[in-house]
Amino acid sequence: MPERVRKRFLYLLRRPPHGSIFAQEGLETVLIGAAFEQSVSLLFLDDGVFVLKRGQDPGEIGLKDFAKGFRALPDYDVERIYVEERSLAERGLTPADLIMDVETVSPERAGALIDAHDVVLSF
Amino acid sequence: MRFAVLVNAGPYQYQGADTAWHFTRAALDGGHDILRVFFYHDGAYNGNRLLVPPQDERNVGARWSRLAAERGLDLVVCVAAGQRRGVLDAAERRRHGKDADVLAPGFRIAGLGLLAEAAILADRFVTFG
Repeated sequence: MPERVRKRFLYLLRRPPHGSIFAQEGLETVLIGAAFEQSVSLLFLDDGVFVLKRGQDPGEIGLKDFAKGFRALPDYDVERIYVEERSLAERGLTPADLIMDVETVSPERAGALIDAHDVVLSF
Repeated sequence: MRFAVLVNAGPYQYQGADTAWHFTRAALDGGHDILRVFFYHDGAYNGNRLLVPPQDERNVGARWSRLAAERGLDLVVCVAAGQRRGVLDAAERRRHGKDADVLAPGFRIAGLGLLAEAAILADRFVTFG
């Protein structure tokens, strides 16, 4: 593979963490993308904001608490982690309810982010 | 133009698996290159050679195999997504001590790195499902 190719990847997390496997398998994809030394950012919106909510204990329903894996992303050189602010507010959440520090963005800015990236993967 | 295609939809439950196939065929017909088709999430089930739909229905899995044989496609099922869903080739079957492998002709099993690579090298990256 040509070494000089570097693209801007944006991963959209749009679904809640445990109702489907999208967020869990999505995280696996994010880690691989980062390993390829691409520019990688994440944007949580819609029910995807629940992925980062504090105090989850999915062990009670036999599921892995994979969401804490997102906290490790800064160690993988993930550039930015954005959360769309209206999605948070509509669900009665604030950044203080989340397991990690994030950058909140308006719906308009979220759209501009999608536009500004080369590759968009949605989970 | 060089396209990379990601198929996240399993066969029959959602139209996405069909649309991905139609898109791929149309792109080839239009003179474009399909760098790779990567199957992830329930999309891995498209690589199951044991699909037996009613005779008057399309065979979503076999259709990919046929297109690959005719046009030379790189069809890749994610190894982790495939393992979760029992979509194993002969090597995976042996490695996990299972008694059957189900990967359809024309498909291969590989890691997510091939998804990242395809997205990097393609001019356009298109997701279905």
